[in-house]
Amino acid sequence: MAVTRETVITNKTGLHARPAAIFVQRANQFNSAIKIVCNGKEINAKSMIGVLSLGAGRGSRVTIQAEGEDAEAAAAELARVIEEELPEEDAKE
Amino acid sequence: MEIIHATGTSPGIAIGPAYRQEQRELDIGEARIAEGAVEAELAALERALEGVREELQALIACTAARVGAKEAEIFQAQMMLLDDPEFIPPVREKIKQEKMSAAAAIDAVVRELESLFACVEDEYIRARAADLKDVGVQIISQLQGGRQHKPRLEKPVIIFAHDLTPSETALFEPAMVLAFATAAGSRTSHTSIMARSLGIPAVVGAGAEMLEKVNAGDMVIVDGDEGLVILRPTPEVLDSYRRRQEMEQQRRERLAYYRTCPARTRDGHRIIVAGNMGCRGDLARLLEQGAEGIGLFRTEFLYMEQERLPSEEEQLAVYEEAVQKMKGQAVIIRTLDVGGDKEIPYLNLAPEQNPFLGYRAVRLYFERPEIYKPQLRALLRASRSGPLKIMFPMISSLEEARRGRAIVEEVKRELLEEGHRLAEPVEIGAMIEIPSAALIAEALAEEMDFFSIGTNDLVQYTLAVDRTNERVARLASHYHPAVLKLIDMTAKAAHAKGIPVGVCGEAAADSIFVPFLIGVGIDELSVAAGSVLLTKEVVGKCIKEDAAGLAAKLLHLQSADEVKKALTAYLQRESASE
Repeated sequence: MAVTRETVITNKTGLHARPAAIFVQRANQFNSAIKIVCNGKEINAKSMIGVLSLGAGRGSRVTIQAEGEDAEAAAAELARVIEEELPEEDAKE
Repeated sequence: MEIIHATGTSPGIAIGPAYRQEQRELDIGEARIAEGAVEAELAALERALEGVREELQALIACTAARVGAKEAEIFQAQMMLLDDPEFIPPVREKIKQEKMSAAAAIDAVVRELESLFACVEDEYIRARAADLKDVGVQIISQLQGGRQHKPRLEKPVIIFAHDLTPSETALFEPAMVLAFATAAGSRTSHTSIMARSLGIPAVVGAGAEMLEKVNAGDMVIVDGDEGLVILRPTPEVLDSYRRRQEMEQQRRERLAYYRTCPARTRDGHRIIVAGNMGCRGDLARLLEQGAEGIGLFRTEFLYMEQERLPSEEEQLAVYEEAVQKMKGQAVIIRTLDVGGDKEIPYLNLAPEQNPFLGYRAVRLYFERPEIYKPQLRALLRASRSGPLKIMFPMISSLEEARRGRAIVEEVKRELLEEGHRLAEPVEIGAMIEIPSAALIAEALAEEMDFFSIGTNDLVQYTLAVDRTNERVARLASHYHPAVLKLIDMTAKAAHAKGIPVGVCGEAAADSIFVPFLIGVGIDELSVAAGSVLLTKEVVGKCIKEDAAGLAAKLLHLQSADEVKKALTAYLQRESASE
């Protein structure tokens, strides 16, 4: 099964530093193959190297593509991480 | 003499001979392998990866012990890279498809990935790119059967390098390093971070020319305060730096004097300067800094280290160790303060709109026997080993104080029935951090054996300011007259009943605020390990009677600004009259 979700990054630092690490950790909890498309680049969401190389800052539009048995849950959870969890991280700092 | 301007990233002055750490030139060796050698090469790669994992594991342990847990995270991040799907899997592909040797494949993949980051002007990403390169070098050295070459230093030196990788930095014996001076690097590069935590001066970003100008053995000065590297200084410059260094040394010695001596005001009143403990490593630091007991032992770390509640025996071991090592000086242990900004996932607490005003600390603690029983049992049992006091956080009413005491009594009965022998009596106290508690301090003092004022939360709740919200954080001031009044009320209520009252929280470590606290009769100040000596020194400058006069005056001032000004002027006068 393949699922695609689009979202926008709203946290202060973007997919970078600690937020990037949190995102990658979450992605690794799923069995599906997960990709992120942003700024014309496509990377493996389970790779810190990949996520950092995106340079996806605040306001970037990202597409999450998940493929596998838990694709639905993976896409939904990662969108939630970007939309809710990462902005909450800002507040902790 | 040559003066190079760069960026000081760790303060202090070092004078000594230069040592050049040459960049390691990597010899990849044979780049291609024979058709039939693929399996063997893949196996060699796995062995090398295993070796690097072991080395990193050792570096994590050694850095955590020598420097700190936070600094050890660098190596944790490197360990994560070993599992990154963009790193090792492509290496295996290159070995299989292109018949590359493992070393050549690592080198090629690292270069490819580096080019991904090459155009990014971002310190964090630069640091990760450096990590990647560092891990690559470690794997290649493993492949070539060599452990990393450990520099042999016979006398303390100043290290000159292009940039140091975390694994290179960690190989130096800290006692042999006077300072770091690097051509590349930034505030967040690991050399800077390690230098700061080791208390060694560092200057980075000095440019490649610095390395051309310095010879091994040259006399050099590294001025981490001003960000200067001075090569072959003239005698005059050397002299002036030696004087600065001496003054710094004297300051340190002056403070060191307080390590073994109890804190007293100038007129001989005893004030206990204890320490705050928030993780396992703090205990050693508090002992080293001469803390007179523990005034706030935060137990949350025990609950955060693992994915389940810590058992009674696990807790007992930690509490007993602290009590034994403090050798008769009181250890005040705060029961679990969860909720608010402190989250423990496995407790499954529902998210709240207003966590600071929500279901936290004793509000949930008293309702969950599976949480409080093991902790109180462990605390009561540990009290055999020495003076241990139990403190409840977030007490806001008399009922809560009574409830806390009743629960302790109940647990005590259980233990006695089981045949445990307990120390009698174990003091039970309340943290005063909610304005309502300060306002009813007289009644609370009837129920409790001691108070400890938690100024961080007290300020936040009194002034309705969320300290973590940067738009209002500047309003959070312990100089606010309302906070002063609450502290004074609490101290008066405690003394009227003859129970001791301490202050833990940032205000206790604020040098200019200490005279006020002494003035209203605070008996104990509990501060972070790094502030113990300074706080003891400040106490030694105060005269209790004068401080009481000052406090009486401060209580009539109208704004935080006025309070702060008056306190500053007081401390200046006291220092001058010494």
